[in-house]
Amino acid sequence: MNALDGNAIGGLLQEVFGTEMTTATGICGSCGATGQVAEFVVFLRAPGTVARCRNCSAVLMVIVTAHGMNCVDLRGLADLAVA
Amino acid sequence: MAGTAVRRGLSGRAAAGPTRALRRTLTWQVATVAAVRTETASTRTIELSAPDWPGHRAGQHLDVRLTAADGYTAERSYSIAAAPGEPLAITVQRLDDGEVSPYLTEELRAGDQLEVRGPIGGYFVWDADGPASPLLLAAGGSGIVPLRSILRHRELAGATVPARLLYSVRSLADVIYRAELERFAGGVPVTYALTRQQPPGWTGHSGRVDGALLAGVAWPAAGLPGSAPPAAADPVAYVCGPTAFVETIAEGLVQLGYPPGRVKTERFGGPGGS
Amino acid sequence: MSPVSRGFHGRRRDDAPAERVPPGQYVTSDFPVLSAGPTPHVPADQWTFSIRQAGSVLKSWTWQEMRALPAETVTADIHCVTRWSKLDTRWQAVSVDTLLEQAGAEAAFVLAYSDGGYTTDLPIADVTDGQAWLAFGYDGGPLDPEHGGPVRLLVPHLYFWKSAKWVRGLELLDQDEPGFWETYGYHMYGDPWREQRYAGD
Repeated sequence: MNALDGNAIGGLLQEVFGTEMTTATGICGSCGATGQVAEFVVFLRAPGTVARCRNCSAVLMVIVTAHGMNCVDLRGLADLAVA
Repeated sequence: MAGTAVRRGLSGRAAAGPTRALRRTLTWQVATVAAVRTETASTRTIELSAPDWPGHRAGQHLDVRLTAADGYTAERSYSIAAAPGEPLAITVQRLDDGEVSPYLTEELRAGDQLEVRGPIGGYFVWDADGPASPLLLAAGGSGIVPLRSILRHRELAGATVPARLLYSVRSLADVIYRAELERFAGGVPVTYALTRQQPPGWTGHSGRVDGALLAGVAWPAAGLPGSAPPAAADPVAYVCGPTAFVETIAEGLVQLGYPPGRVKTERFGGPGGS
Repeated sequence: MSPVSRGFHGRRRDDAPAERVPPGQYVTSDFPVLSAGPTPHVPADQWTFSIRQAGSVLKSWTWQEMRALPAETVTADIHCVTRWSKLDTRWQAVSVDTLLEQAGAEAAFVLAYSDGGYTTDLPIADVTDGQAWLAFGYDGGPLDPEHGGPVRLLVPHLYFWKSAKWVRGLELLDQDEPGFWETYGYHMYGDPWREQRYAGD
């Protein structure tokens, strides 16, 4: 079971945010590393989708689909800037 | 110019193709299978007809959703194999323990319907009218699919940017688009790494890509001796395939001096993933 | 309405007596691996388990000490919130009752914590009275890291996200605190028979 990257959730994120997000730049709230969403470490096969910092593995984004609604938690990011 | 023709896309609309492909709201739409074509023993190209398809950029992917009679749904992402302007097509590799790929590669036939969402992605994309950076394309297994879209786009657009392909695959029989890659080979040198089985007399690389092979194939990073012409354009690498392959190549390129921002990566599920 | 994909069935589902399958679940013979992060790899001789309360360790066990405790074979049906259920899974495990008795403290809730940062919360009443175990063996062999080895929590009467993989300890609490998935919208308790998947269910 290998991790994927943010490309794998491009469709989900575009549906949630209404715009292309794989080129958005995030700043990790734990270690300060900057990276594009496409480069986040992504775990798809879980009760939700988890995107982690490639530098320190901290959780950046969690997306849970509950009762047909996408719930996006971005508390792990210090910043997220759409390209 | 060829670039302008590609940008117009299938519908002939004059709107800028790349901008449309990024900004429209993503919704699921029904696509009909127009044709299926066997590529290798385990891969098949599926040509799709989707009336509201807005066009795409080379390297993008789409999501597929299947619905069983009992309402069970499964979704997967597949890279678009066609170049911008060509009929929409994906190439799917059958995974033995997969839930969706055996259906798409064995059961699906022309006339069937499935749902697609896309095009998706603004990171792992290449535009012929972008900067003329020398291209290094590195594929592991089915990672060749988006790179083939890039190569077809480059050819259709008449782009002259230098390009090289490194393709790691189990055996020659597993090479997807082999005849086409040989046709490109005049302008785009192709280096194979055959990891499991080599034909008699094989003089190419056997086994996984190693540092020496990568150094021999990769454009020298800008600023280093022997940098590829034109000197002003930093090479850019597109690396796609199983996660382990992508990490090995990306790490290797960074060690060769490529700035991490010049190594674009797209990871597919590794062994055991579906 | 999504069109039905002709001939698509999804994974083969096993037949099972209805009374063993909670609402909304299907039975599989696979053992899917789901994870929110990379698989930790902890050699058994470096593994320890602790019961903590108010910032102190009440009691701690090494691998050898845990393996010296009375163990049992547990056969259980397990139910994942992602809708698959697997029947008659067999584990080698030590009862959490044994560990809590040795630690000797009282509390209303526990927060299980794992290598890699995963946590999940449970009422103490749900990890006692023979309902919860530390599992170190599965299906006759050592528990594989991808399934939570060397040791995972096993609480089969709740959705399987409560059976924390790579478990390293229990924090005893007076109040219920949401763990990883509970924080992100899953139910605090998670009873598959009442289909308590998400907060508010």
